[in-house]
Amino acid sequence: MVDVTPEKVEYVGPAEVPEVDLYHAKTWWTKYVFSQDAKVIAIQYSGTAVAIGLVGLVLSWLMRLQLGFPEFFSFISPDLYLQFVTMHGMIMVIYLLTALFLGGFGNYLIPLMVGARDMVFPFVNMVSYWVYLLAVLVLVSSFFVPGGPTGAGWTLYPPQAILSGTPGSGAGIVLMLVSLALFIIGFTMGGLNYVVTVLQARTRGMTLMRLPLTVWGIFTATVLALLAFPALFVSAIMMTLDSVLGTSFFMPAIVEFGEQLQYGGGSPVLFQHLFWFFGHPEVYIVALPAFGIVSDLLSVHARRNIFGYRMMVWAIVGIGALSFVVWAHHMYVSGMNPYFGFFFATTTLIIAVPTALKVYNWTLTLWRGDIHLTLPMLFAIAFIITFVNGGITGLFLGNVVVDVPLSDTMFVVAHFHMVMGVAPILVVFGAVYHWFPLMTGRMLNQAMGQFHFWVTFLGAYLIYFPMHYLGFVGVPRRYWEIGETNFIPESAESLNAFITVAALVVGFAQVVFIYNILTSIFKGKISERNPWKATSLEWQTTTVPPGHGNFDDELPVVYRWAYSYSVPGTVDDYTPQNVHPDDVVKIAAEQGGD
Amino acid sequence: MDFFREISSKPWLESQVAIDDTHQGGAYTLPSVTIGLRIFLGVVTVLFSLTVVAYSDRMTLADWRPVPEPTLMWLNIVVLFASSVAMQWSVISARRGRTANVEIGMLVGGALALAFLAGQLLMVRQMNALGYFAPTNPALAFLYMLSAMHGVHLLGGLVAWGRTVMRIWGGHEAHQVRMSVELCAFYWHFLLVVWFLLFVWFSIT
Amino acid sequence: MWAAIAVFLVALGSLVFHLITPWWSTPIASNWGSMDLTIDITFWITGVAYIVILLFMAACIYQYRNRADKTTTSPQSNHKASYDPENKKLELWLTVGTAVAVAGLLAPGLIVWNDYVTVPDDAVEVEVMGQQWQWGFRYPGADGKLGTTDARLINADNPFGLHLDDPNGQDDILVEGDDLHLELGQPVNMLLRSIDVLHDFYVPQFRAKMDMVPGLVTFYWMIPTRTGTFDILCAELCGSNHYAMRGLVVVEEKEAFNAWMAEQQTFAQLRAEVEKNAKHGSSLALNAVGAVPVDSVVAR
Repeated sequence: MVDVTPEKVEYVGPAEVPEVDLYHAKTWWTKYVFSQDAKVIAIQYSGTAVAIGLVGLVLSWLMRLQLGFPEFFSFISPDLYLQFVTMHGMIMVIYLLTALFLGGFGNYLIPLMVGARDMVFPFVNMVSYWVYLLAVLVLVSSFFVPGGPTGAGWTLYPPQAILSGTPGSGAGIVLMLVSLALFIIGFTMGGLNYVVTVLQARTRGMTLMRLPLTVWGIFTATVLALLAFPALFVSAIMMTLDSVLGTSFFMPAIVEFGEQLQYGGGSPVLFQHLFWFFGHPEVYIVALPAFGIVSDLLSVHARRNIFGYRMMVWAIVGIGALSFVVWAHHMYVSGMNPYFGFFFATTTLIIAVPTALKVYNWTLTLWRGDIHLTLPMLFAIAFIITFVNGGITGLFLGNVVVDVPLSDTMFVVAHFHMVMGVAPILVVFGAVYHWFPLMTGRMLNQAMGQFHFWVTFLGAYLIYFPMHYLGFVGVPRRYWEIGETNFIPESAESLNAFITVAALVVGFAQVVFIYNILTSIFKGKISERNPWKATSLEWQTTTVPPGHGNFDDELPVVYRWAYSYSVPGTVDDYTPQNVHPDDVVKIAAEQGGD
Repeated sequence: MDFFREISSKPWLESQVAIDDTHQGGAYTLPSVTIGLRIFLGVVTVLFSLTVVAYSDRMTLADWRPVPEPTLMWLNIVVLFASSVAMQWSVISARRGRTANVEIGMLVGGALALAFLAGQLLMVRQMNALGYFAPTNPALAFLYMLSAMHGVHLLGGLVAWGRTVMRIWGGHEAHQVRMSVELCAFYWHFLLVVWFLLFVWFSIT
Repeated sequence: MWAAIAVFLVALGSLVFHLITPWWSTPIASNWGSMDLTIDITFWITGVAYIVILLFMAACIYQYRNRADKTTTSPQSNHKASYDPENKKLELWLTVGTAVAVAGLLAPGLIVWNDYVTVPDDAVEVEVMGQQWQWGFRYPGADGKLGTTDARLINADNPFGLHLDDPNGQDDILVEGDDLHLELGQPVNMLLRSIDVLHDFYVPQFRAKMDMVPGLVTFYWMIPTRTGTFDILCAELCGSNHYAMRGLVVVEEKEAFNAWMAEQQTFAQLRAEVEKNAKHGSSLALNAVGAVPVDSVVAR
């Protein structure tokens, strides 16, 4: 490093990015409904995602009731069960988590954290939300068409997705594919915004390495999504054509219930390659924003810089890049060329190294910190536990030969729920408790929050940790009932019943959480500005919640990275990014305030 | 590369702070819309590449028959090329501030693009009339699908084109619409290259 | 305080649960003990990592928690966090350590996978055919060769779609509606195919598993090492009755296996009966054929 003596930085006037025409809403409609303000769009995205997510939650209860008490719920037929499974999976992965992290947190936090007034293309951003809403409505409409929604599993594997032996193989699957295509179109509009905003709309002094990890996580996830979603888009178009026009992209010669079909020559494995070329990056599209956000939660609430910031950035970028060369680890027993197994097992286990480093750095951030066990901190700790647990079982499934006995069993279900269901959702909760005061100016209720945390974390752990062991026994996934076997003990049924009860209890805790949000918006304790004493720019706005245009007449100027916590020699245990070096109160020599 | 140098810097060091404080915001001097369009075209490139990868995988299976190439395909690609040339002429005129020529270039380019789309439709009808029917022939199904995907992108471009033409008619001068014209032309060239590569691909398979 | 205890209890509880769990792999009945061994190795390496990380976290939370305040991050701290942006040496050692552990997981995995995909020369072939929602089995018969098939040839009289003029197929033994029989200690290459959707031939005691893909013949090989009757489950979602797509595999001594095999009919014999019945003008000819309940095919 060249030893540059720090020069005193001259005051550089307000930084304006000329091509962002700030749109000024004139009517109630354009302010709250067809708004082009990223913060309003964020809340619209989040609200829609949570609403459809609640449908997904109810579906999971119905599914668990059937699994836990197979004799009691005669209305749940095998067809309905598969439809619940499919819609639960698709809703949670795409319409809840992806939309919430990128459309919700991305829209709210990116402009604020980089010090911009808004996204760079506010109109496109608005259209993005409305297309997403349309996608959700198309998805919901599939519940009401003859035959119901598709029951092909969220992976939608052909040929069964479009053949009559699967529920919803008529209108259901077509609506599903159309909805996905719409989602992708809507997402692409939003995604272009997030990427260009991070690149172009950063304020003065905000270099890439001064960005909070939240922005890094969302930015990298968006890049992944922009590159991965086209694979799903193509496969959705091709499968729609196979289904509606009778082409044979994925459909080989098929004898369905004794009848020869017109299809011939296609390749079901080709679909799987396309699907997982999207599907594996999708895991990181959900995980990377969670990685970023949890890093910031840990850092703020442990009053300590994130340990190894550079390594964290490299790990995010590295994991993102590697995520495109591991997709076929979902296909070890798919019938693809078995020699691919060597390559994909190796790449998959390599990706464990940067991921493990992130875990170490999170725990090392706690080490020698000043840990405030606030709700966001509790959720962050719970995230580390569930994520490490799910990551470790990923090492089982990624290691090709260990995957053979475990694939398509409950072990897989437990693994991916732990790693990309529970872990990211815990981060979402932590983030909501953390940023709720910014968004509303009020705090969430502590007592309800504590209840919500302990029930959700311990309950989810009790659901998914024992579930792995059902997989070892050999209980297959997506089974309406286990039925008679000569190898599954009776006690497995009791475990299933226990898991169902735990799932219902955890579900109830979410109702408390939503009640807490709804009441706290109006009645919560008024929060201070910047109640967590955080350094990043979103807390440095003049009004809370931040007004239209985010900042005052002048955009903030950034003088340091986002992790100046407990810096030796300063009086406060944090220094916001935009505080001029002259204004920092030193311990030894008072260098004067304003 | 700058990116890698930047992400290996240590933002907490005093020496790095001095460097970082001179950062003027943003990353590129290009306008944001240009960057946005380029990233979007990157996404479109991935979309078409993956389809071609799927095509080449499907090609290895037993029932594959090569795509026929009607003469109309050759004609269409010439029309699309001419359309791109007209758009480029429009850009040059915009840079020189000749509003009337911008308008002529845009209108000719748009008309030729519409002619190309009509030609593509005609090509599909011609092939159907000749007895090739898409569902039974995977190569043809791919040809139809890729043509449709390309056509839809061109239609999307025509929306932006329409807005620009309206602005010219609404009295905007060359320098005011220059950016829009440049972006349209860039998009046109991109779609020309995509279709040209697809055409070569259809020819060699 | 509670958080530290909770993290500690999660670690302890997981460990205890793992040690006393009544739910574990079924006793193995094939040569793939090496898969179980790889799972054990993975358990040891990752289990240690998991417990160490959790205990370290519990200790950090206990040691460095702020005793004054739990609801905000107010500055009345009893101690100040340390400020150390990174520690290259520590991160390097952690990287190396993790890489070594990961290599320790991967190496045995790849070695066993190599065995799994390399079929020994003395393996006999047995075909398993999946369709919604039942299993069919085909043995190569006296010549040891399976006849070639084509899904286009499948009809009520030819449920496996054999080429009628393929000499290798004439002595093939077709089994529908009965259990799969395998000979103890005989390496067998399971050739897997499907005629409608994806299925997966899964016998938990064999550990092995592979999808069955229409249009392809997939395979896995194994040696049955224990006599008995085991469940066959479908492990790839295949439609409404996926959960009910069951079957049985019987592993028996050579003599019993041969005796069972001798009772089965060859494809040629089945064809002869079909043709004879056809002359009698019975449109439901197939219902008369021995033990083959093909009504499921005809009725639909």
